[in-house]
Amino acid sequence: MAIAREPAAASDGAMRSLTAAIVDALGTALIALGLAVPILALRTEQNMFNELILQPRWGYVAVAVAAAFAARLFYLLFAAVRPRARPRSALPGTAGTVAARTFAGIGLAALVSYPLIALALTGKAGAIKWIDNFGIQIMIYIMLGWGLNIVVGLAGLLDLGYVAFYAVGAYSSALLAQTFGLSFWICLPLAGILAALWGILLGFPVLRLRGDYLAIVTLAFGEIIRLILINWVPVTGGYAGISGIPRPTLLGLPFNASDEGFAAYFQIEFSPVHRAIFLFYVILALALLTNWVTLRLRRLPIGRAWEALREDEIACRSLGINTTNTKLTAFAIGAGFGGFAGSFFAARQGFISPESFTFMESAIVLAIVVLGGMGSQIGVAIAAVAMIGGTEILRELDWLRRIFGPEFEPTQYRMLLFGLAMVLVMIWKPRGLISSRMPSIFLHQRRRVRGELVKEGHG
Amino acid sequence: MEYFLQQLINGVTLGSIYGLIAIGYTMVFGIIGMVNFAHGDVFMLSTFIALIFLLALTQVLGFASLALALIIVLVLGMLLTSLWAWAIERLAYRPLRGSFRLAPLISAIGMSIFLSNLVQVTQGPRNKPVPSFLTTVLTLREGETYTVTLSYKQILIVAVTALLLVAFWYLVQWTSLGRAQRACEQDRRMAALLGIDVDRTISLTFVMGAALAAVAGLLFMIYYGVVSFADGFVPGVKAFTAAVLGGIGSLPGAVLGGLLIGLIETLWSAYFSIDYKDVATFSILAITLVFLPSGLLGKPEVEKV
Amino acid sequence: MRAGLAPLLNVEHLTMRFGGLIAIDDLSFSAARGEITAIIGPNGAGKTTVFNCITGFYKPSGGRLLFNASDATPSPDRIDLLTTSGARHAATPGGELFLLERMPDYEIAARAKVARTFQNIRLFAGMTVLENLIVAQHNRLMQASGWTVLGLLGAPQYAAAERQALDKAKYWLDKVGLSERADDPAGDLPYGAQRRLEIARAMCTEPRLLCLDEPAAGLNPRESAELKDFLKSLQAEHATSLLLIEHDMSVVMDISDHIVVLEYGQKISDGPPDHVRNDPKVIAAYLGVEDEEVEEAEAEISP
Repeated sequence: MAIAREPAAASDGAMRSLTAAIVDALGTALIALGLAVPILALRTEQNMFNELILQPRWGYVAVAVAAAFAARLFYLLFAAVRPRARPRSALPGTAGTVAARTFAGIGLAALVSYPLIALALTGKAGAIKWIDNFGIQIMIYIMLGWGLNIVVGLAGLLDLGYVAFYAVGAYSSALLAQTFGLSFWICLPLAGILAALWGILLGFPVLRLRGDYLAIVTLAFGEIIRLILINWVPVTGGYAGISGIPRPTLLGLPFNASDEGFAAYFQIEFSPVHRAIFLFYVILALALLTNWVTLRLRRLPIGRAWEALREDEIACRSLGINTTNTKLTAFAIGAGFGGFAGSFFAARQGFISPESFTFMESAIVLAIVVLGGMGSQIGVAIAAVAMIGGTEILRELDWLRRIFGPEFEPTQYRMLLFGLAMVLVMIWKPRGLISSRMPSIFLHQRRRVRGELVKEGHG
Repeated sequence: MEYFLQQLINGVTLGSIYGLIAIGYTMVFGIIGMVNFAHGDVFMLSTFIALIFLLALTQVLGFASLALALIIVLVLGMLLTSLWAWAIERLAYRPLRGSFRLAPLISAIGMSIFLSNLVQVTQGPRNKPVPSFLTTVLTLREGETYTVTLSYKQILIVAVTALLLVAFWYLVQWTSLGRAQRACEQDRRMAALLGIDVDRTISLTFVMGAALAAVAGLLFMIYYGVVSFADGFVPGVKAFTAAVLGGIGSLPGAVLGGLLIGLIETLWSAYFSIDYKDVATFSILAITLVFLPSGLLGKPEVEKV
Repeated sequence: MRAGLAPLLNVEHLTMRFGGLIAIDDLSFSAARGEITAIIGPNGAGKTTVFNCITGFYKPSGGRLLFNASDATPSPDRIDLLTTSGARHAATPGGELFLLERMPDYEIAARAKVARTFQNIRLFAGMTVLENLIVAQHNRLMQASGWTVLGLLGAPQYAAAERQALDKAKYWLDKVGLSERADDPAGDLPYGAQRRLEIARAMCTEPRLLCLDEPAAGLNPRESAELKDFLKSLQAEHATSLLLIEHDMSVVMDISDHIVVLEYGQKISDGPPDHVRNDPKVIAAYLGVEDEEVEEAEAEISP
């Protein structure tokens, strides 16, 4: 809405006078002081008698207040002068299409060659971390993002409990493997089907709610699933989870050091990195499958119906579209992909526990979808790489200890920065990184539709 | 019988705390149609603020009178928590107020993550025990196997909640601020055209909700005797459940919902299973939303075709 | 109503209550096949509510909405049989009978083939003009894609069906003059074009009855004249019956075959344009004469 956006810029821009800016910044600093006391200023610690005492940390407060002052001053003097509203280009147009396709191609090439590059750069020992903790982790989130994209991005159904399907996939895959001794490759589709069924079961009563209510209900169900996982100890193992889940094999070849192993078969020296690379390509294949299915479905009637549903549900019904079935299909397919991802996760870890399936996971995946730009596959991938990769990389930044002192533990700040990044990216690009939409069918020329016109759906 | 009475007392006490937090959710949702995900973590923040100030007053400054210290802690807590809520609204929500509804929601979730991790990082991840005080307990009834007790803390909590409810009800119904709020709830653009400062009204709504959460935080800290950075999520969701159950947008509904949730949670833990008590709450949330989305005291929404 | 034409839609004793408010009070009228029937009346008379009942967006509090999708007029016995059976529709030798009050909105559109437009335009603004028209053909395309499965596997019958859908869309684009803008987002079109697109989209569902809610609202006289021609061509070339709510009397009087007048949820007049135009009750309703003065006014007006 134009009304909400521009008046602030006009009045801020007028405040060029340095004194006025400094006074304003001082005000901000004062507010920062108020915010910092007492949380930042006084730390509660337990002394030897297990009583609580307060440790003053006024140094940090001073830094925070000074930073707030400086940031506000900078903003007032430099940033606010730039006009806020970008002039709307005539057609975001065809150039976007070509660029998008080349970008996708480059991205795909990068993903496929990633393990090999990592291997080349860091050697067998170092590459495991990069391929496993980074590569596979990011790929899992990309796949989850692409799966949720169907529900939230295309159909506009706000799902805050996506982790439930991830969990159902993981646990059912683990239980099937344990109880029936099935291999990963059989558990995988079964887990997906079970997750999809659960999606239909859940969707039935819930999908007629709109917007925020749907979000809260799905959140509730996600939490219920997690609590059941924790408490139904005979089946799920409670907090201890399920362990000993068989790892995926390549046509029967396990990736271990034994004589029947992959390394022995191909007569190369055994290295744990082989399994990491194999797993990476498995998840890459799964993710690309998700992507391919999504792109195809967009061009089929069901995909168009999803997007029309997001735009205006009542108009859909007036055209004879059974929107309940349409929503259920989106939910089920999204859930199915979540289930696949869960099954892979279980097999990759060899062990699962309810701790991996908290609301935080749902929030992270939702953030990735929204930050990427709803409905945009490339956007979701970029957002996943940026958010997950960006926070994972904090583990590597040991050199920061030299600046902040030896007690500085960057990983603690991972989620802190993640939350902050969510807020900042939303403010910068409320509609996500790639907010324009590519039509699924065209008469003369395929042109992207501007993000402002596209609705986000009301459930 | 005595056991049941005790659970009733405990449930009402717990429910009062939920009710105070729920008011914040319901007022914000009423005025800008947004679920303030960060509200639960603002509550958690207020428990820490209360604890720190209490320690500062009693240990460092050596206050003798506990009552005076509590009052100062209350006032300071309300002020600072309101400041946080005001800042959050200004920085994370106001720029996103527009037609895209998901953006403020994501921003709120991000804020919630930021707050809980901020407290975790600055205060440490361990639970903080609260120095014990106000331990007087009244014996109400002595039964054969069980004695019903009512503690001063419980009286304090229920009394404060009742008082605040009356005060806020008065505020919303009879003052111009309340009128402005109700106008903004109905039609924001029209309210602005009629000269109401919509931004200020919305900010004040956030502040009021946070002030009540701060009271709840202080009471929570006193009652439970331990605070933790993780106390934002679950109490937050339960308070939101209470708001939904009571009818989102309705002030008395929020408190009614809070009492119901508190009672259900306490009775369920007492008679069925303490492990699954949260499942009970979440299930109520789901069931209410599916079958009675407008809640007990709320107004049903009809979309114009 | 021209004699001899089988009624398409029989609204019988329709009542709609919202809590204590009676929005429609015992309304009965018929819309004949192949005719343009208009519902007019002052604001708040309940016209859009009637539409919402007919198209299934509201569930009527009482009454029967008989939709006759067959060639012949059904016998009263047949109708009674359907009514008492509790079913939503029945097959007769000539076609099907539907009881719209028992059907959900999307089924009325999909099976009974009653399409509608909305008072506040409801286009898919973030989708292109062409996409809007393709979505309208969803059900047929869904079937052709084998409920997505065949389409996913690339079966040729879907491609053929899609080509057909494109042809139909192209036809309607030409008809409403939007071929040039087929790939533009629907939200970018000017108001008049959006209205035309909404009608074209409804026509893509091949309806038997097209319900238009204030199609001429906000149009200038030239656009209204074009609309009139367009609606008449729909009637002539596509054998679609029209039911329209309208305030613009030039449009209503010119093209309607049959007019129903509502005031405060009740029917106050029913007949061909000439009859309605001169009906003193109608004049009184529009000019706002008090009930007691109606007789006086009637006496003044009549010769």
